[in-house]
Amino acid sequence: MSGGANTPLRRLVEKGRASTATARTATLLGAASSLASTFLAWSYGSAFPGDLTIYGYPGGAQVHVLVLAAVAIALLLIEVSPLRRVVTPGGVGGTVRVLASGVFLITAFTVLAIGVELGGLINVEWGGWVALVAAAVFAVAARLLPADRPAVWSYRLPDWVEFLVIAVVLGLALAAFVQALAIPEWEIFLCYLVALGAALAAAWRLGLAAWISAVGARHRGVTVTAAFVVAAAFPFTQGSDNHWLNVMVNVGIFATTAIGLNIVVGLAGLLDLGYVAFLGVGAYVGALLSGAAASSIGWNPPFAVTVVIGAVVTAIVGVIIGTPTLRVRGDYLAIVTLGFGEIFRITVNNLDGSTGPQVTNGPNGIPGIPDLVFLGVDFGQSHTIFGMNLGYFANYFFLELVLIAFVILVFSRMNNSRLGRAWLAIREDEVAAQAAGINTFRLKLLAFALGATLAGMAGTIQAHAISSITPDSYQFLNSAFLVAAVVLGGMGTVTGAMLGSVVLLLLPEKFRFFQDNKLLIFGLTLVLMMRFRPEGMIANKRRQAEFHEEEISERLGREAQAEGAR
Amino acid sequence: MTAMLEVDDLRVAYGNILAVKGISFRVEQGQVVTLIGGNGAGKTTTLRTLSGLLHPVGGQIRFKGRRIDGMAAHKIVELGIAHSPEGRHIFPRMTIEENLLLGAYLRRDGAAIEQDVRRAYELFPVLGERRRQAAGTLSGGEQQMLAMGRAMMSRPELLMLDEPSMGLSPIMMQKIMETVAALKESGTTILLVEQNAQAALNLADRGYVLETGRIVLEDHGQALLGNDQVRKAYLGED
Ligand SMILES: Nc1ncnc2c1ncn2[C@@H]1O[C@H](COP(=O)(O)OP(=O)(O)OP(=O)(O)O)[C@@H](O)[C@H]1O
Ligand SMILES: [Mg+2]
Repeated sequence: MSGGANTPLRRLVEKGRASTATARTATLLGAASSLASTFLAWSYGSAFPGDLTIYGYPGGAQVHVLVLAAVAIALLLIEVSPLRRVVTPGGVGGTVRVLASGVFLITAFTVLAIGVELGGLINVEWGGWVALVAAAVFAVAARLLPADRPAVWSYRLPDWVEFLVIAVVLGLALAAFVQALAIPEWEIFLCYLVALGAALAAAWRLGLAAWISAVGARHRGVTVTAAFVVAAAFPFTQGSDNHWLNVMVNVGIFATTAIGLNIVVGLAGLLDLGYVAFLGVGAYVGALLSGAAASSIGWNPPFAVTVVIGAVVTAIVGVIIGTPTLRVRGDYLAIVTLGFGEIFRITVNNLDGSTGPQVTNGPNGIPGIPDLVFLGVDFGQSHTIFGMNLGYFANYFFLELVLIAFVILVFSRMNNSRLGRAWLAIREDEVAAQAAGINTFRLKLLAFALGATLAGMAGTIQAHAISSITPDSYQFLNSAFLVAAVVLGGMGTVTGAMLGSVVLLLLPEKFRFFQDNKLLIFGLTLVLMMRFRPEGMIANKRRQAEFHEEEISERLGREAQAEGAR
Repeated sequence: MTAMLEVDDLRVAYGNILAVKGISFRVEQGQVVTLIGGNGAGKTTTLRTLSGLLHPVGGQIRFKGRRIDGMAAHKIVELGIAHSPEGRHIFPRMTIEENLLLGAYLRRDGAAIEQDVRRAYELFPVLGERRRQAAGTLSGGEQQMLAMGRAMMSRPELLMLDEPSMGLSPIMMQKIMETVAALKESGTTILLVEQNAQAALNLADRGYVLETGRIVLEDHGQALLGNDQVRKAYLGED
């Protein structure tokens, strides 16, 4: 007979169809009891986040279990109904498995955390143990479901329905985001992330996510516009509460800068480790021309003029720094740009009136930068829009959205042009690019200066938004974070840079542990990313090719053959 | 009359090692001129210097009467010299069509570019069949065709080919040589570096034999084919 590794359950399954039904029933039972267990009390002490001592009323992380289990049950039922051809053409094995893993992780974590935080597993009520067993049955049984085939939803619906889908998905994304911000306890937040991750992974397995992204790609213009509308709706979810608006304003600055850096790193392939200096140049221009009492320049032009001056000055600085540095390549370039970034910071430190002329107040920086007044709007006041009183940071948030839209426009224009192709050629083979007549030096300088300019513009806004700047805000570490955001999010994509920025700035707000061990965690994350997903969370098709040579060329080959056959 | 390309006492060094030690040669308008010589003789070095990828330490290069030694590569392409470098140097992750279009990077005449792309596909049908495929997926010989097609895309007056038949089957090699002959017919001037001395000299109006950075022999192509020394050293006869 077979070896000991064969559990009775596994043997049952191997018998074929009859046992598939058994596995399905077991999974359904596991899911149902998981769902039911969320109505029990899990904990004796009410101090645990979400208060899990109440019967008949799921709280805290129990809600996540409830939702995941409910979705799994729905899918399992659909699979035995006539709807299966539409919804689950490839089967539900993988999808349910992902959901079940989510349920198990959340339940196990919660039970453990109750034990740790309340002083011993004795504090776990019997409901908690029931939940854990149910989740374990669910997870194990789901593993025994027959594996599904990679499913493809290739439905083409009428345009207005697809627009509706885009609107609903983006609306849900905003709701999920706002919900995440609103969770105060890190334990529940973590469970929320796991649940979200499981839901997303399930959507991929089902074919739903791929379909949605295909719909989005079909109606690009609509999607981008809708995304901006949804983003603009964010302040309305916060009302007059400034806290998360303030954080998001910082995220916005960081994201704009990261997209600018992505032109340099992702498109032109130049690793710039001193990029934050350009943000600093812009911020100092903004501060010096703001009319702040500490500014050494009395002139206070309208903000539109300041932005232009900031852009021009950073462009010039970019060219000045780029001209000597871009003659070296690869690792050398990274080191030289790092050096120039530090030179900026040190110079600003020294322009304090004692070690150099008084321009920047040295290490004291420029405090008391007044709020913007732009187009007659005082950014320091809260305004009522659509009958809703918004915190004053909403003003900066809206302005940043405009800037980000501009930066995205520049980015995609560059990427999808002759210039974009030339940059790619330089990344691929610099010698061949030269031989093809590409002025490699000039194009690199262009990318460098363009990236600098965008950062400079963001800097002028930043100075006003954070109202006080010091040279230390522009140290090497921040350049490293920017590069990390780009690498984490995805080199060469706008969405990637934005996602990376959100993740890098929001997680420390949510987890104390993250805050205290920022460098350790970023370092670890980057190493893990390089090992398992070097192209970043959102992959640029070509960049992905650079990292997964064989698989991609095989796929490309298959696609070409299919095309040829047509 | 001035030649299209005049090279006078050209010297090129890697660090302080001289690889090309003062060579002089001419390429007349409409001619096919070939450089032959053993491994490490300095042929590739010479071509790379002519196209501006390397800068000489001495001597002069004149293209249509104008000094081009020390000029940047992209300027030289603009003047009308195209270089298909040794070892192909295609852009592996770009599609075949994008590779060809990059060859026309400096041109602005969209319609004519399209026409030339089509002509390249006619010449090398395999490129057309797989035009949306990443160039890195082509076989070595196919990549060689792509490199040659790309070099032609700039509609050069002088086309420099560095071992275009490297790694090709006898049939494809025949095809490449026919293409070179056809290009010559259409008025393109060609500077050809080849290991296959027989084929190259058959085609060439003029040939130069390089040995460790010096030109040791020069003559009409046919004459060199008959030369004892050449037959021994490069055609493998005794
Ligand atoms: N990058 C380099 N650095 C140092 N020396 C080099 C370099 N490239 C070539 N050389 C040397 O210069 C000399 C000429 O090389 P070159 O590549 O021009 O020869 P070649 O005639 O093209 O040979 P082959 O037929 O093998 O391609 C050789 O001795 C070679 O070792
Ligand atoms: Mg060579």
